Amino acid sequence: MIDRELLQRHGLSADEHERIVRFLGREPNLTELGIFSVMWSEHCSYKSSRVHLKTLPTEGPQVLQGPGENAGAIDIGDGLAAVFKIESHNHPSFIEPYQGAATGVGGIIRDIFTMGARPIALLNSLRFGPLDAPGTRRLLEGVVAGIAGYGNSIGIPTVGGEIAFEPSYAGNPLVNVFCLGVAKSSDIIKGVASGVGNSVYYVGAKTGRDGIHGATMASAEFDEKSAEKRPAVQVGDPFMEKLLLEACLEVMQTDALVGIQDMGAAGLTCSTTEMGSRGGAGVEIDVALVPQRESGMTPYEIMLSESQERMLLVVKRGREAEVERIFDKWDLHAVRIGAVTSDGLLRVKERGVVVGEIPNRALTDEAPVYRRPMTEPDYLRGAQRLDLDALAETSQDRNASLLALLASPTIASKKWIYRQYDHMVRTNTINMPGQGAGVVRIKGTDRALAMSVDGNGRYCYLDPYRGAMLAVAEASRNVACAGARPLGATNCLNFGNPERPAIMWQFAKAVEGIGAACRALGVPITGGNVSLYNETDGSAIYPTPTIGVVGLLEHADRVVRGRFRETGDVIVLLGPEASGEIGGSEYVKVVHGAVRGAPPALDLDAERALQSLLVALADERLVRSAHDCSDGGVAVAVAECCFETNGMGAEISLDAVRAARDARINTAAALFGESATRVIVSVEPDQLTAVLERAAAARVPARVIGNTGGNRLRISVGGAAAIDLAIGEAELAWSTAIDRYFARRVA
Amino acid sequence: MKFGIVVFPGSNCDEDAFHAAKAVFGQEAEYLWHKDTALKSADVVILPGGFAHGDYLRTGAMARFSPIMSAVRAFAERGGPVLGICNGFQILLEAGLLPGAMLRNRGLKYRCEHVHLRVEQTDTPFTAAAVVGQVLRIPIGHGEGNYFAPADTLETIEKNRQVVLRYTDPHGNVDEAWNPNGSVNAIAGLCNEARNVVGMMPHPERACEALLGGVDGRAVFESVLKTFRLADLRRAQVPA
Repeated sequence: MIDRELLQRHGLSADEHERIVRFLGREPNLTELGIFSVMWSEHCSYKSSRVHLKTLPTEGPQVLQGPGENAGAIDIGDGLAAVFKIESHNHPSFIEPYQGAATGVGGIIRDIFTMGARPIALLNSLRFGPLDAPGTRRLLEGVVAGIAGYGNSIGIPTVGGEIAFEPSYAGNPLVNVFCLGVAKSSDIIKGVASGVGNSVYYVGAKTGRDGIHGATMASAEFDEKSAEKRPAVQVGDPFMEKLLLEACLEVMQTDALVGIQDMGAAGLTCSTTEMGSRGGAGVEIDVALVPQRESGMTPYEIMLSESQERMLLVVKRGREAEVERIFDKWDLHAVRIGAVTSDGLLRVKERGVVVGEIPNRALTDEAPVYRRPMTEPDYLRGAQRLDLDALAETSQDRNASLLALLASPTIASKKWIYRQYDHMVRTNTINMPGQGAGVVRIKGTDRALAMSVDGNGRYCYLDPYRGAMLAVAEASRNVACAGARPLGATNCLNFGNPERPAIMWQFAKAVEGIGAACRALGVPITGGNVSLYNETDGSAIYPTPTIGVVGLLEHADRVVRGRFRETGDVIVLLGPEASGEIGGSEYVKVVHGAVRGAPPALDLDAERALQSLLVALADERLVRSAHDCSDGGVAVAVAECCFETNGMGAEISLDAVRAARDARINTAAALFGESATRVIVSVEPDQLTAVLERAAAARVPARVIGNTGGNRLRISVGGAAAIDLAIGEAELAWSTAIDRYFARRVA
Repeated sequence: MKFGIVVFPGSNCDEDAFHAAKAVFGQEAEYLWHKDTALKSADVVILPGGFAHGDYLRTGAMARFSPIMSAVRAFAERGGPVLGICNGFQILLEAGLLPGAMLRNRGLKYRCEHVHLRVEQTDTPFTAAAVVGQVLRIPIGHGEGNYFAPADTLETIEKNRQVVLRYTDPHGNVDEAWNPNGSVNAIAGLCNEARNVVGMMPHPERACEALLGGVDGRAVFESVLKTFRLADLRRAQVPA
């Protein structure tokens, strides 16, 4: 009997129940109800977000595959495609950090090789509460170890990432993982089931009771009982995935395969229905044939299990033996569990007896779509106001402010983290983690791909539209700094409960911002995912869209890195000088303890011009380094350019901020303001004229602000000395900050 | 000359070793599947890095039972040069081709970074082109690279000059602060008594091209090429 309690346990509303009955013309049985519940969950159906996501730009001449498949793909020349996507694993990682993060990595890797691409690089974007808050270090250690444990074993380098620490994530950390692979464009394979009578194969790990209702769990808020949901977190087996990866890529070399999809969220249910739906066909399977890890599993459990490392394949009739042979070689057991039909139904049998029968369309295209109410949040007006008096009253010791910023975990060296990731395996990594974009060369060609994931939840909290645009701009700018032309983007949208109008407003504004920036910068969205209900005990995270951008370097050896290289080089600031913007900055947070003010404005035309200039300068080998100014402004950017260079210093002179609304913050704004669209480049003196000419032609402001050399960082503002620090001292603060939090615990 | 690169199902540095041998050094190279039993006339065998069989039990513990390992053992006993890199080193230990064992890193965390190594011995096929005392900068990437041997074994291997590489500071001084994993006697690389089998935790194949951030790993490949050139010369000088 289907009652309110049963529906509630399945996360279905009374309206949704009625809709199911209408589709079926009868009450669903329990198995069918379970299938509907996962397919119509927010996680699988995007029912709250879909109307907004439709507004995103997804097309361009370079786009080979846009949203809707397992991953997106862009053309990178030479007949090759870059296949990439970002996905969240927030909820499982909070409940069980190691396995939550590990299976997140496993899931995104499967999405990539499912497309026929060999995965060659991983990135991650993480958010936690403050490092000194209870539980954060345990979560961070677990998540990092989980990402490392999976990625390192399977042998895909983690070449970069980003992390930020804010109180809003303390009860709801974010774990967003990005994977990129390369395929021959002609070899891209899709998740379709077609051809009546073709065989449906199951391969990989056995099905257990783990992860049942994982998708439903990811579609609800947390409370104090969340830890009890641990059985809904799956356990990863990277070795199994390595076997699957190699075996599937080998099977794809034959033409025996029609389609393939991994069993991720909603497991067997999602893979069978989505493949059938895409191919306009039906799929019939017998759950008794599914390899099972536990005895006595019901059809309901088998269909909803989210056991990891499982794939569903549709194989051409008559070619089964060939495919089985390849899996045998890798000691994998491929089992025929059903066939493609013509009736458009998902038919689930158990030992020949039908136990569920649902039109695919009802589960996918006809899933509910909500246009949820939106209202501007109350906090916004107040939060955007910045009290300059408060900022002016505190210390004027700029050295101390810079040291505090460098030691802020969001800015400090992340070596403690990335040292745990194998970032060099596959011998392609030509820009190491910790230096902006990750860059991997593509063997057999001259080319390389640069990739970056970025987001700033604090900006989005203060202005979701602007914050989201800034995230796109920063990711794209990081790619351009490496010398790569940005080609495409993927997004991971982490927000609170969409049933609350203020959250939905944040979501809609952020999507608008992403759309505007992606259109202007020529980086269409090729896929991604949405993670809603990121709340614990009724308090939401900062709205956090994470953007991954991928770009192409025609010549790998022209890659530009983020560190100064030679003493006596000229330091040039590309882009406008600071204009007094300091709202929402790391400076205001770290030095003044406030999250207030409006985030920096963004001129998308200027941003596009700057990024094109960076690519051209790299291509002509005119710059020796390029480093984006973001968290902590020019002062932090220049300091970071000096780090890991054996102590090379710099002498910088910045103009006073003339446009500042208030003279009291001039110096701080010049040093630490986070105005967008600015990059620090270092240039060999002989090349300076050429660089300034190229900048003038591109209408990008360029100003010589100093030279590299010595062993101190000296910065003056408007002719007055503001910062004078030994590089060794600054680097020590920066390089040991995160370690110190962990050392403290031991002591 | 021809490199044979053993591929276990969980190897993940096999392609990197292959690339170094073939694309960087222009030598012949062939993969040797772990279920095979023939070395396909390889002149040198590399056991590459990775997680041979998932290594959930103990790194390399199962790999020694793979069919290819009897062929590798026979090849080694005939004096054939065998190099185990990272997981390959762990496998050589488990297979008893080298003495000692690996423990989890001091600090219990995986570590991927460049380290400094001092070349201790040059009478092995994989260090013949280096100079004693030379400091190489080569990356590591492992969670279980903390080499251990009981005191008497340690005494023997030191006496036999079997320690080929040691972790040091950038100037070649052994210093615990620069020992990335806690290996006893800072041992990073080791050879057998016959000196033809070498295991090393650092990854020379990751340091063969300037674009990747360093070329010090070339010394290992150049050594094996040099050893074969010398062997060829010797053969040429001694009429059959």
